[in-house]
Amino acid sequence: MKTWMSKGEHWVWFSASAVSIAVVLVFGLLLMISARGLSHFWPHSIYEFKVEQATESAVYTAEIHNTRVRVFEDPQNPGVSLRENQILLKTANREIYGLDFRWIPENAITSKRLAEGLSVFERYEHGDMYAVIEAFEVNGERIDDLVLVKDRMRSQLAKSHQIRQELRHIERGLIGNINYQLEQLRFEQRRLEQRGQLTEQIIADFDADRARLNQEFSELETVRNELYNQLSQLGTVIVSLADGAERRLGLDHVVRFWQPNEMHLGEKTAFFFGSIKNFLLDDPRNANTEGGVFPAIVGTFTMVILMTLFVMPMGILAAIYMREYAKEGPVLKLVRISINNLAGVPSIVFGIFGLGFFVYVLGYNIDQMFYSHVLPNPTFGTPGLLWAALTMALLTLPVVIVSTDEGLSRIPRSLREGGLALGATKLEVILRIVLPMTTPAIMTGLILAIARAAGEVAPLMLVGVVKLVSELPVNANPPFVHLDQKFMHLGFHIFDAGFQSPNVEAAQPLVYATSLLLVLVIVTLNLGAIMIRNRLREKYKSLEH
Amino acid sequence: MSQLAKDNLNEALTGQRSKRRLLRRRILDHTAKYGISSGGIGIIFAVFLIMFFLIYVVLPMFVSADIDKRTEMLVPGGIDQSTVHYAIDDYKEVGVRITDLGQILGFSTENADVLLDERVPVPVGTQITSFTLVDEPTNRFAFGLGDGGVILGQIRFELTYPDGQRVITPVVDWPFGEEPKAIHDGPVDRLAVRDVDERMMIVAQSNFSDKVSIQTYTKRTSFISDEIQLRPRAQSQISTDFVADYIMLARNMRDLVLVARDGLARYYQISNIEQPELLQQLRVVRPDETITTAKYLNGNTSMLFGTDKGRVVQWFPVRDRNNDFALQEIRDFSRSEQPITAIGIEGTRRGLALGDNDGQFNLFYSTSERHLKGVATGLQDPINFIRFAPRENGALVETQSGRLISYDIHNPHPQISFSSLWKKVWYEGYSEPTHTWQSTGATDDFEGKMSLTPLTFGTIKAALYSMLFAVPIAIFAAIYTAFFMDKKTRQWIKPSVELIEALPTVILGFLAGLWLAPYMEANLPGFFAIVFVVPIGILLFGYGWSRLPEKIRLMVPIGRRAVLMLPVVIFLGWFALSMSVPIERMFFNGDMRDWLTNSAGIDFDQRNAMVIGFAMGFALIPTIFSVAEDAIYSVPRYLVNGSYALGASGWQTMVGVVLPTASPGIFSAVMLGFGRGVGETMIVLMASGNTPLMDVNIFEGMRTLAANLAVEMAETEVDSTHYRVLFLSGLVLFIFTFFFNTLAEIVRQRMRKKYGSL
Repeated sequence: MKTWMSKGEHWVWFSASAVSIAVVLVFGLLLMISARGLSHFWPHSIYEFKVEQATESAVYTAEIHNTRVRVFEDPQNPGVSLRENQILLKTANREIYGLDFRWIPENAITSKRLAEGLSVFERYEHGDMYAVIEAFEVNGERIDDLVLVKDRMRSQLAKSHQIRQELRHIERGLIGNINYQLEQLRFEQRRLEQRGQLTEQIIADFDADRARLNQEFSELETVRNELYNQLSQLGTVIVSLADGAERRLGLDHVVRFWQPNEMHLGEKTAFFFGSIKNFLLDDPRNANTEGGVFPAIVGTFTMVILMTLFVMPMGILAAIYMREYAKEGPVLKLVRISINNLAGVPSIVFGIFGLGFFVYVLGYNIDQMFYSHVLPNPTFGTPGLLWAALTMALLTLPVVIVSTDEGLSRIPRSLREGGLALGATKLEVILRIVLPMTTPAIMTGLILAIARAAGEVAPLMLVGVVKLVSELPVNANPPFVHLDQKFMHLGFHIFDAGFQSPNVEAAQPLVYATSLLLVLVIVTLNLGAIMIRNRLREKYKSLEH
Repeated sequence: MSQLAKDNLNEALTGQRSKRRLLRRRILDHTAKYGISSGGIGIIFAVFLIMFFLIYVVLPMFVSADIDKRTEMLVPGGIDQSTVHYAIDDYKEVGVRITDLGQILGFSTENADVLLDERVPVPVGTQITSFTLVDEPTNRFAFGLGDGGVILGQIRFELTYPDGQRVITPVVDWPFGEEPKAIHDGPVDRLAVRDVDERMMIVAQSNFSDKVSIQTYTKRTSFISDEIQLRPRAQSQISTDFVADYIMLARNMRDLVLVARDGLARYYQISNIEQPELLQQLRVVRPDETITTAKYLNGNTSMLFGTDKGRVVQWFPVRDRNNDFALQEIRDFSRSEQPITAIGIEGTRRGLALGDNDGQFNLFYSTSERHLKGVATGLQDPINFIRFAPRENGALVETQSGRLISYDIHNPHPQISFSSLWKKVWYEGYSEPTHTWQSTGATDDFEGKMSLTPLTFGTIKAALYSMLFAVPIAIFAAIYTAFFMDKKTRQWIKPSVELIEALPTVILGFLAGLWLAPYMEANLPGFFAIVFVVPIGILLFGYGWSRLPEKIRLMVPIGRRAVLMLPVVIFLGWFALSMSVPIERMFFNGDMRDWLTNSAGIDFDQRNAMVIGFAMGFALIPTIFSVAEDAIYSVPRYLVNGSYALGASGWQTMVGVVLPTASPGIFSAVMLGFGRGVGETMIVLMASGNTPLMDVNIFEGMRTLAANLAVEMAETEVDSTHYRVLFLSGLVLFIFTFFFNTLAEIVRQRMRKKYGSL
């Protein structure tokens, strides 16, 4: 062993293990996020637990969520610690039990069996409900045959979705549009008033417009009320809980329902993909702890695209200037080092710059100059999409500049000289020869920038992200993209639901799912960048020789 | 070639159109040159704008105050009576003077017009014998009378807008009625009153008497008339051998300090007024000094004593280890040897202004121990009285010769000085000077505690603990990947390690805070076991492998060992964690966390530095790994081959040849990692607990500069001191990371230059 160690063999083993540890950590992490994220969509079996404890004995129908070992001091024997295995049960029915998760000592469970005939109701409020369907009442008629009940409920639910779709269209689309127009009218009037151009005629016009819009509004409201009325008449399902108590559940509160214990694998798989679809396309519910992340996806994408529009021309321009036009020398070297270093400046510093400069200085002055008729409500003098995109553009600018600059430096001098020798101007050489060859490098930089912007949260918390928005930043009202609006973001959704929601246990599965989505987006982007980079290297290997 | 073709060619090369085209191309080229240059410079400039903007926001904090004289007039009411109090409205337009004879005069500070002239409703035949302020910012006061009565009043300013014009009317109120409250059996020659929430306390003493009367009241709002009534609650007397010139009663109505002009003082605790307790007899100024003025700083906790030697001393009660209170001299302020004749205090902050016998008017700030500005009112005219405007943007100064000067003061950020940011400061209510960050408080007269030291400490603590985890793994991994690993494996290992860099830190923070922290708390011994079990296990496995027959050994070449180790590492990690419970049973009475707090006396937070070390360390691995790997990989091959040729083993070559050559690169890798660790926000925000502690304990959390920005930035008011201090911490972060990154970059470039030619 002594000679083995004197040759330093053990160090080689250590270093090999260091690589393994790093790899295990990465893939372990990815696996964990994937497993937990995906299991959120799977219809888990639900068991009936009989629990006998000193303080209570009860029956729960619940899903097993987690386990832990609790260490506590022996009440009879102070100073001695006891351990007990506990499991976390999701009992759902929040409004009945007061909480929907509880830790139960494993040895307090006297029996556990699959809960037969149990249904899970996903509801618009109060989270899930676990109960057994007894009967269904619709239009005063009571159905007791369970097969019929389920069929009837399905058809009614389909109707409910349709009504809700219409309602959403009316509330978000039409009424939102009218409100938007009304507000625009008010601002326009105030603007004219400020300029002193308000005449009787104009006021009358405004009033006429307003009356017309209000008329439309009240018509829509009638339709809306009618739809709500229809919703409330969809029927009531009568269910029994684990303790035998009967409850009535209006079908208008139900998103969907399923019987996890009676589904076979095919149904479960179908349900799984259906849940993923809902997760991607639905609005969040219950303070972001349930429902989907659609607005967050839209917000993230809008911000990133807007950022790309800013960062691409700026980064390329700066890089071309540095590589093709600026004079090489100590100053340029310093600038290059500094830009490289800016990539390492903490993102939160960019965040406070964005807040202090873009929002409070630029935004404030824009409001004073162009939106004084809206004051004191700030338009651009408050965090919003534009400022978030600009801040992220500044944050990712070094990445794009450095990558483009590197790409430019790889183009052999001979190519440029060849172009010039044939009589092309410098601009033509750059546009026709240099830039096309640098495109992969630019793309790499851009993709890395996008990946960074999509995953960065800290600066966005200061310059425009909020936990919930009523309106998407992109909608049907002109000018379609609302630069002054606040938006939701996947990364912030994780932070908010995981740390600031009132019910962290309930939010956790969703947070894992969001994490998985974000990781997937970012890993894909990065892999793309790596592939482009590799291809680029291959391409220039031949040029260099 | 036909003539036509020739002509056409000629035309195309030299004709009008071709010339025009050439010109157009040249113009385009030139415009592009200047356009791109100016655009490029502009963008680069915009990038650097960040730094300039940060400095631009931070600088005003370190600028001293401005004092400008606005108006000067004769003291309204003349100087036959002496002033006991001035009140000023929010807009500095109207002042009210209260005199020792009970005259209350409202006047315009612009032109001395009298707006109010009232007298204290003293019963016929009684004399006013004393005056005290109940609360300076709200202008509540009390007069003591010759027959032992006390009458309480308040000055208010009513705002009305007739014809859209702002009109301010001064009003005197007698909130508890115009009838004096009898509290003392002799003339009230000295008086102190405090009125906080539901409770009021009055302390009085007569000349040549050794009795101090204390009376407490409960306030009751009458149901019928909404009038506030005082209900006597308790009464008592302290017999003392001491005739005080100043009675100092603190806001908490517990600390009562009697002070004589010669500096002798008695400190009583009267939390139970039936049994007043004499805690301390002391001297509050130097023996050769005499007290000329005494006043409470805003908040009515810190006492200020001005002396005839030009000093003002600040004292407040401090709790010692045995929970006993004692008065403590905190700091003193002085500009000259001239006797202090007046002290003015700010209404919302801890600022003070001193006036001296020479007519000098000086602005100070207590917490930051800053002298902000001094002006002279006029030659040899002692200052009688100083009163700050409510928003600290002005002051009224009365001189002995009867002039009343109104100053405009611009003093937005007196709280900040080098010492208040970085050194220990003795804050009110603290038992010793501390580094504390507590930017906002529950009450209006909260003393802001903005020391960046605990935040900087937390930042470095977080970064160092994570480096402890990241550096060994990243550098060993870099050594192996660059030097020993075969090309094929390297091709997928390197990107997968670098993939960590792309993972959003919000996800790492979420996992660290909600999964790792509770898990680690439950399996604490297991995590410590990892530190021993994994290296020993690797060592044994490696040695065991070398004992295996050659046929098996050769199946896995040295370049593939990392793959071989994957299951081994997983097993060792699992084994170490599963030892958690047995270890806990054996050494820690079955509960290590409990053992730590109760037996070892180490505080434990669930979200602590160890969690941060693992989570952020994990995030730092790719940064360090990537740069270090590049450095080792770029060591010239023939150096290695030379070493091998001389008979050195792989690791000997590594240590003797490769590492020295690559060491600058590795150094810069570590620097870059540190820079990143310093600035990481989300992981720390979510997994550190965010308490600004100054403790190296691995089981306690911290608050870092970056996390603090994320927590507090959105809630602070623009251009306030807090806002600027936050920007300062951003600037500190910026400079910190910029410095480390530049260092790393320079070292790396040096190395490239040195070995690039080899």
